[in-house]
Amino acid sequence: MSIKVENLSYIYDEGMPFETKAVDDISFEITSGEFVGLIGHTGSGKSTLIQTLNSLLKPSKGKIYIDGKDLSDKNTKKSELRKNVGLVFQYPEYQLFEETVYRDIAFGPKNLNLSKDLIDQRVRESMALVGLDFNLLSELSPFELSGGQKRRVAIAGVLAMNPKILILDEPTAGLDPMGRDEILEQIKNLNKEKDVTVILVSHSMEEVANLVDRLIVLDQGKKMLDGCVREVFKEYELLKEVGLGVPQVMELIFALNQRGFNIPETVLNVEEAKKIILSHIRGDLDD
Amino acid sequence: MIRDITIGQYYPSESVIHKLDPRFKIIAGFIYMISIFLVDQIPGYAIVLAFIGLTIGLSKIPLKYIIKGLKPIMMIIIFAFVINVFFTPGKILLEFWVLKVTREGLYRGFFMASRLIFLIVGTSLLTLTTSPIKLTDGIERLLNPFKKIGLPAHELAMMMTISLRFIPTLLDETDKIMKAQMARGADFESGSIIRRAKSLIPLLVPLFISAFQRADDLAMAMEARCYRGGDNRTAMKVLKYTKKDIYASLFLILYLAGLVLYKLM
Repeated sequence: MSIKVENLSYIYDEGMPFETKAVDDISFEITSGEFVGLIGHTGSGKSTLIQTLNSLLKPSKGKIYIDGKDLSDKNTKKSELRKNVGLVFQYPEYQLFEETVYRDIAFGPKNLNLSKDLIDQRVRESMALVGLDFNLLSELSPFELSGGQKRRVAIAGVLAMNPKILILDEPTAGLDPMGRDEILEQIKNLNKEKDVTVILVSHSMEEVANLVDRLIVLDQGKKMLDGCVREVFKEYELLKEVGLGVPQVMELIFALNQRGFNIPETVLNVEEAKKIILSHIRGDLDD
Repeated sequence: MIRDITIGQYYPSESVIHKLDPRFKIIAGFIYMISIFLVDQIPGYAIVLAFIGLTIGLSKIPLKYIIKGLKPIMMIIIFAFVINVFFTPGKILLEFWVLKVTREGLYRGFFMASRLIFLIVGTSLLTLTTSPIKLTDGIERLLNPFKKIGLPAHELAMMMTISLRFIPTLLDETDKIMKAQMARGADFESGSIIRRAKSLIPLLVPLFISAFQRADDLAMAMEARCYRGGDNRTAMKVLKYTKKDIYASLFLILYLAGLVLYKLM
């Protein structure tokens, strides 16, 4: 499912003394099956932007089309939209409320009025997707689980709605490195295998660099950069200026290049960098 | 929608009203509330309106902001108005079925509605112009004399401030959880009363859990900084009456004199 955003603005407390422009004239298009990283500093408007995509916030100006349907159109049903666009909020474990993990995950599908069998199937599927053991955990209270498990239950609760577009707001905030890598891996698989369009909101370049196909960088409500990861990282100076920076590997390469090396600035991960740097050093020795 | 609630909120500004001593403002608030109940005819409200209007003007708080704060209690005001309009005996102006609109009823309806509005605007001005810290300080000082009879003045003041402080936090939290559940297809707005009440469970359970969590965290943080009740605690900024407070008291006396004069006439 595709997303098209046209000149979108969102203003909080319009006409009030505390008026703030959270999103300022943003346009972009995301095609079906894309994996997009939405990056920006705290207060850059990321969270506001994704909430408009789900019609939880009504844009002050501009239009949003999901799968070609205009969200401001009265004929576009919100329930239909929310079924297709799954939104995982920051610290989603705070939304857990049911007595058992099973019932909490089933909350979304139940609201869609699915049959009992289908709900059961969805719960099992989504628990498997986030790496939770159905037999072990489904009858436990979500409040007995560890932080990482709670997070997974909450994500599973959104996945159980079978969204075609999945938006995650900093899904790894506050998780340990292992939990973080696992969740990101599972999201990546979801994108690859089920062809779900994914928007991953983050403020960490390190996290998204290896994961996404494309990056959209926001700064103070405006779209600053938009392109494939390698292209965006070329704007090293600009990124640094707005306090985002680039992954450490990139920094190393930039630093080396400033000292006379000539390493292509399109390297993304440590493995690649290691190979290239080694070959450069060997090459230099050969001369 | 939920962000519209402004009761108990502080509106930062550098106005004269903001700089008044909180003790004076609390007492003035009480006097103002009593004074409203002294007025028993609509024309008397002209004086109240002039007083509160001038205070709002001096406080530099946009009128729009204050009116926005009235929204959540609009239902109560309308209810009071309607009840009075229909159930006051007197000269009948309109009549349909068992409902009678009387001239006296209309008069009383307007009267009660304005009384409520004046009450709420006046009291919310107190919290709008006084920062929570100053407010606690003021309440504590005013309650100090009652310590002798065993009233825990400091603790009471602290409790009040903490609850005021957490109104916006809890509202934000409510907003967030509501949205998260709406994203999962929850519907808070339609259906019968029972359905709607049931639909609140996914909102209230997480809200209570996080509220208790927060209370626990706060208590822990206070303990960690060796917080120990009121004994021997000193304030960083000691409250002092200034010339401004004298002028403000004169203004208040002028207002009261106006009201008394009106009553006598």
